[in-house]
Amino acid sequence: MENFTPYSALAGGALIGLSAALLLLLNGRIAGISGIIGRALPPHQRGDVGWRLFFLAGLLFGPLILRLADGNAANIGIDTPWPILIIAGLLVGYGTGLGNGCTSGHGVCGLARLSPRSTAATVVFMAVAGITVYIVRHWLGAED
Amino acid sequence: MIKNLSSLFCGILFGLGLVISQMVNPVKVLAFLDIAGHWDPSLALVMASALTTLGLAYRLIIRRPSPILEQSFHLPDATRIDARLLTGSALFGLGWGLSGFCPGAAIAAIGYGRTEALLFTLAMCVGIWLFRLIHRPAHS
Repeated sequence: MENFTPYSALAGGALIGLSAALLLLLNGRIAGISGIIGRALPPHQRGDVGWRLFFLAGLLFGPLILRLADGNAANIGIDTPWPILIIAGLLVGYGTGLGNGCTSGHGVCGLARLSPRSTAATVVFMAVAGITVYIVRHWLGAED
Repeated sequence: MIKNLSSLFCGILFGLGLVISQMVNPVKVLAFLDIAGHWDPSLALVMASALTTLGLAYRLIIRRPSPILEQSFHLPDATRIDARLLTGSALFGLGWGLSGFCPGAAIAAIGYGRTEALLFTLAMCVGIWLFRLIHRPAHS
């Protein structure tokens, strides 16, 4: 528990919730990042691509602005070897396509709407992610 | 154009939230998922805070006949809990547990200047294309 950061967690979480609320209030859209990326990628199948590209641009600019304002704003530790990062990326892309959502779409927006479908998805991806970390760290001993 | 600017603003807020909450840091995410190790419950608070904020706002917003800048709300209409949803979520959980990156965090980490996140994101785009190649014809 030595790395527990409750205040930044609550503040950052509130900003994420506020962003999703504003996107719904203004544009009538759900802030599901995997869906926004998927429908922003060519070939475009349906719907309006513009707002999605602008949302993704903001998702890049927000952290960039923060880094320019304060170089120590975040500490991003990436210990995963690059071949595993590629495999993980493929799984995340394929899985969120098949499951229609990720941590934001199901885990935040879906749960906030009390959607049983999103609740089921969130329970499954949380459980599988937890089991994966357990196997990697405590059986295979990749870390600690 | 105004719809694009509001979307840009929401994206910036989302990105700031991911960095400030440290959800953008895979080490932090994996420490949350590692319940049997040195468990860091911070991300449970990120979710609780986001859910409380959006949950309350959602109830007020959805009473409106329409959003401010659009004709109608675009809400998901799927309700079925089927094998496709559960398999997809399990595959996503596997990738998330291997890397500590979810899609939003990866994009935000690119914005913060991490090239490893770009590698992950390119692979994720390939994964999305693979999914479309395999599944779309049957469902369109």
